[in-house]
Amino acid sequence: MDKKAANNQQDLAPPRLTILLVSAMALSYEILLMRLFSIVQYHHFAYMVISLSLLGYGASGTFLVFFRQRFLHRFSLTLIANILLFGIAVIACYLGGQHLLFNPDEMFWDNRQWLKLFALYLFLALPFFFAANCIALTFSKYRLKIAAIYAADLFGAGLGSIFVIGLLFVVFPGKLLLLLGSMIFVIGVVAWLELRLQPTWPTFCFIGAAVVLFLLPAAWTNLAISPYKGLSQQLRIKGSTIVEEQSSPLAWLAVVKSDLVPLRYAPGLSLSAESEPPAQIGIFMDGDSMNVITRFADDISELAYLDKLTTALPYHLLQPQDVLIFGAGAGSDILQALYFNAGSIDAVELNPQVVKLVRERPQFSGNLFDRENVHVHIGEARSFVSGSSKKFDLVQLPMLESFSGSAAGLYSLNENYLYTVEALQEYIKHLNPAGYLSMSRWVKLPPRDTLKLFATAAEALKNLGIQHPEAHLVMIRSWQSASLLVKKSPLSLEEIGLVKEFCHERFFDLVYYPGMQQQEANRFNIMRRPYFYDGALKLLGNDSARFMERYKFNIKPSTDDKPYFANFFKWQTLPEILNLKGQGGMVLLESGYLILVLTLFQATAASLVLILLPVTVKPHAPDQEAIWSRSRIVVYFFAIGLGFLFLEIAFIQKFILYLGHPLYAAAVVLAVFLVFAGMGSQFGQAKRIGVIWPVIIILGLGMGDLIFANLLFSVLNWFPGFIKVLIAILMLGPLAFCMGMPFPLALTDVGAAAPDLIPWAWAVNGCASVVAAVLATLLAIHFGFTAVVLTALVLYGLAAATFPAGKKLRGGRSVTG
Amino acid sequence: MLQLFTWRVVVFFFFWLFLQVLVSNAAGIDNYEEARRKMVKAIESDVRETSLYINKKSLDPRVMSVMGRVERHKFVPSAEQSRAYANQPLPIGHGQTISQPYIVALMTDLISVDPEDKVLEIGTGSGYQTAVLAEMGAEVFSIEIIGPLASKAAKRLQESGYDRVKTRQGDGYYGWEEEAPFDAIMVTAAAGHIPPPLIRQLKPGGVMVIPVGSRFMVQQLVLVTKDGAGALTTRQILPVRFVPLTGEH
Repeated sequence: MDKKAANNQQDLAPPRLTILLVSAMALSYEILLMRLFSIVQYHHFAYMVISLSLLGYGASGTFLVFFRQRFLHRFSLTLIANILLFGIAVIACYLGGQHLLFNPDEMFWDNRQWLKLFALYLFLALPFFFAANCIALTFSKYRLKIAAIYAADLFGAGLGSIFVIGLLFVVFPGKLLLLLGSMIFVIGVVAWLELRLQPTWPTFCFIGAAVVLFLLPAAWTNLAISPYKGLSQQLRIKGSTIVEEQSSPLAWLAVVKSDLVPLRYAPGLSLSAESEPPAQIGIFMDGDSMNVITRFADDISELAYLDKLTTALPYHLLQPQDVLIFGAGAGSDILQALYFNAGSIDAVELNPQVVKLVRERPQFSGNLFDRENVHVHIGEARSFVSGSSKKFDLVQLPMLESFSGSAAGLYSLNENYLYTVEALQEYIKHLNPAGYLSMSRWVKLPPRDTLKLFATAAEALKNLGIQHPEAHLVMIRSWQSASLLVKKSPLSLEEIGLVKEFCHERFFDLVYYPGMQQQEANRFNIMRRPYFYDGALKLLGNDSARFMERYKFNIKPSTDDKPYFANFFKWQTLPEILNLKGQGGMVLLESGYLILVLTLFQATAASLVLILLPVTVKPHAPDQEAIWSRSRIVVYFFAIGLGFLFLEIAFIQKFILYLGHPLYAAAVVLAVFLVFAGMGSQFGQAKRIGVIWPVIIILGLGMGDLIFANLLFSVLNWFPGFIKVLIAILMLGPLAFCMGMPFPLALTDVGAAAPDLIPWAWAVNGCASVVAAVLATLLAIHFGFTAVVLTALVLYGLAAATFPAGKKLRGGRSVTG
Repeated sequence: MLQLFTWRVVVFFFFWLFLQVLVSNAAGIDNYEEARRKMVKAIESDVRETSLYINKKSLDPRVMSVMGRVERHKFVPSAEQSRAYANQPLPIGHGQTISQPYIVALMTDLISVDPEDKVLEIGTGSGYQTAVLAEMGAEVFSIEIIGPLASKAAKRLQESGYDRVKTRQGDGYYGWEEEAPFDAIMVTAAAGHIPPPLIRQLKPGGVMVIPVGSRFMVQQLVLVTKDGAGALTTRQILPVRFVPLTGEH
């Protein structure tokens, strides 16, 4: 482009509103896809598929390296074409993708599934590819206004995150897909008007198309839920129907009535049980893990089955006045507490819609959640406990996950703050002197979570200064479930007698009590060896560290900094399990972690291709004088891409406990980061700031925020919600403000020195973002979130060091030519 | 002239087609027998590997011989026929699967069926496990809750000559009261818990086996034993050879 043209271009304003809206829609689509795939498939695969489809951003940069000039000649039309293609792809690629009928369960048996998975990536990358084309083309076209465009991009993403989370409360995910598609067509109209194109009649066509898209027949757009998920299985049974649906960003809830064949949900029921549960209504979350509302009639004997579960043990040891239940769900555990005449019951539930569904059926549920002695609180359990000064006789943590999900290790990527050492300490502190903490898990073979929980409890007791933790613990198991009791004071002989009696009557096994002998273990539910008893004993001994080291699954207690309770994976066990593949040994594979590694591997390989392709196919004449060499671009843009996402992800995690809800934490932190970074981007250009200054401030504020964030939860948790949000803004806003500068400052500079490389820098940054999301989780699993923040700060330091010397004070302006 | 030529071509084509069908059918029979032999070998090898867990070096020879006889390809959908004898679970539609042959053999062995034993099966599915039990000489009663699967399996079993098998479509929770008690019960459908009525319908000295896990992967087999006095114990069996501690054998 010659100087005159460049000057002309400088006079024109870039289509900022269009970019803002495209970016908002791309982020909305990403969050929506996560929801959709969690419903039709499983959450962990959603994570992998969507992470990789975001490589569409990187692919866009690579594509434009080759076609930039051609498209820039027809910038307006290309931009609008990409917007419209984005709109069509949003709908078509998802619907096409779900009809591939990819089944992750069959991957180890059937190689065709790998092909389907690959096809799914390609399908889902397309929408992001078109969206990214819009932004990268605009960067190339208005290369002196990069900061303004980048600001619009970030503002858009920030608004998009709030917009889609809000919409997901009122619109079902399937309908929202159509809505997004048609809204993107309306953005086509905005672009047309913003670019002042003539004539204006095509805008009416776009609006017409938007309406058509929104009204696509339901038969085309139904969600194809995997036939192996619990809900699909249930609906195969004659007389089973969905009677109500609710949806929010947390989950899609389907209320199922089964008129002919009762649901009879009573996992872990003793073999000595004589009766079945009364009528139940099922609530399926995202088409799987079922919760039930049980009919609570006046005749309490109908609920006798609740005494035949391992979770009933604490009620045989004391008559609790104050009970706290985590994960109220549809009320099964509240019902159990009522059955045993508990005085006052507090129950915490994350999802308000579950509570609403139970409340809407007062006759059936016996007005369960609105009884005088039942108090249901909406929120995150840890935050509730920490904010409460009440003491309890019993704190119950029921089995919260579905069996199949838990058994397959699908939850290993989920951060879980309920089972960390700090969490257990907090629960024990909230017990009355003779109170119990009771936690139940599904039995997995060989034992994993039960032993990890046992180790966590022992460590929590030690940390609380209790000299003999072994005197405070009891564990029992059925063939299906295990319950661990932690008593604040040592257990008495009388209580131990009651435990033995409870187990004997129900064919449950004793796993551990103070003073237990080996011959008492492994009596009713027999394993080749008393694995549970042996493990518990070893974990209490002096040699516990060595035992955990030698154990083939990771059973070391999790902490708030590494909150991955459900990650049991150990690399050293992998070859052995792979050898057992033919026998179905894959059941031993803790697949969640491996999926993460697989995702990282694929993302890295694809990124390498996308970044190296332009270099190999279109070799750039090596220019010794070039300030922005290719290697410099790669290091700089990769470092800030990783750094930005690392900080964002780590601080979302750091704020989950403080803001009391993972969803609010994600929404608030994302919005603060993106909006403030957008403002920073604008500011950096206006003030012609050098990159070194924002980076120095990032390092200072990053360290400060890290220290402060760790204190927040323990010291300032009593503040009301809006003050907490304000604190989040005050803490993260300035940090994000500075983080908004390094990208536009450098890209403007690249644009001045080597405009051809703008799309390439965009590709590098796009690939870095994808790798960053996966790598952050992996780093957190091994080293904790503190390490993620520190790594991000090092990366920003590296970026500053890479920035060409002598350019640092000129930032926002072109200096060459 | 041209017409005659065309006719010849058409006749030749059909003749060739006929030959192809004949050849492929003959090959099919051979292939299936060969495939079954290979499948039995694969099962034997899995059993040897897991002998530590199942407490035996080989399964009952009667079970192995039955596994070599029952025509599994007749119990899988046509799209899956080429994989009928692979030692793996296969989808059969309606969100259900036909179990891995190794698991079928292991479960059949665990309940040690004798001829004339009365066996109750909850979850007929494709009917393959039913056929294996019938081939063992047992009197089999099988219940399937999913209508289309139940009727298809019943028809298939009838056509394959398993006339003594009694099937029913419906809820398996209450077992088959009129025919109780049973020497063995096999619950091949996923169970949230073990239904108390089934425990009641088990003879003293009888056994019940339940695979636990997902449709494509069995996590563990639960074997419930009722002794002569009616006392219950369960055994939990991991279907693979694996010890949780390094250096432990």
